[in-house]
Amino acid sequence: MWRYVGDHPGSAGGRSRDASACASVAIMTVDSPANCAGDGARAPDAESEQWVRALSGCGAERDRAVTALHEALLRVARAEFARRSGQLRISGPELDDLAYQATADAVIAILAKVGQFRGESRFTTWAYRFVILEVSAKIGRHFWRQPHVPLDTADWDRLPDRLGLDPARESEWRDLARALRRAVEGELTDHQRRIFIALMVDGVPLDALVARLGTSRNAIYKTMYDARGKLRASLVANGYLHESR
Amino acid sequence: MSNWPDLDRFLQTDPCDAGCGTAMELLHVYADLAAADPAAAQRRYPEVAAHLRACGPCEQDLGGLLAAIRPDVTKP
Repeated sequence: MWRYVGDHPGSAGGRSRDASACASVAIMTVDSPANCAGDGARAPDAESEQWVRALSGCGAERDRAVTALHEALLRVARAEFARRSGQLRISGPELDDLAYQATADAVIAILAKVGQFRGESRFTTWAYRFVILEVSAKIGRHFWRQPHVPLDTADWDRLPDRLGLDPARESEWRDLARALRRAVEGELTDHQRRIFIALMVDGVPLDALVARLGTSRNAIYKTMYDARGKLRASLVANGYLHESR
Repeated sequence: MSNWPDLDRFLQTDPCDAGCGTAMELLHVYADLAAADPAAAQRRYPEVAAHLRACGPCEQDLGGLLAAIRPDVTKP
């Protein structure tokens, strides 16, 4: 099932492995002690099992598996960058280089974690997740290489458009927009305000902010989650929005 | 009081929302289920479904993963 694909600068395909690192990795199955809690792990399908055994082994079979994995992930990375091309201002060789970088990083991560595959999904779905997340991270980092409005400009005039407020109805939402800005300035913590303004006023993509602040997507989402709750409570208290149903 | 559905939807928070960390950890499991039956995936992992409704980047990752696992996408 494995096929050879030529190397590319940055490619992890065809990489040989230190013999001392070769070790058999057992796939967790329904019989594994760690699965007693019924957490969704199950016996992997035959193809997934073959992937894990080959990638966990040694020698030519493993090299062929790594090459096949690299080839499959590169196709996924290229397709995903094409799907998200609107978020990038690059194309051609530069975009393809990003696809190779995402693929190489994903292959390295997968090889390091293949022993953690629990058979909850097909192996390929588990593996493709790595490259999809790498593509998101690469696009986030690439955002700062493009010419754009710098962070912290806080042009509040752009907020109504981002919130879907129709310019033709400005006379109706003008007070609401002012109330929202007052709530951002008065109800949020400094950190919440900084994150809100970056995402909602300056229009910085979440993954770009993750790269800029050196934090996680989850940490920024949680900050915004709490900020959204505070802002909604303020707008409800001041009569601009209805109570939650 | 006026009706501002987009703003209201944006500010609504779902207590079931799993957050990005859990959603990304389960994305492959959710995707395999959703590829066969989206409603079944939402029933099995309501906290992930709640998060995906609210988080554009994670929803986009799911879209990419679903596109990748379509039978013919990774074939040369």
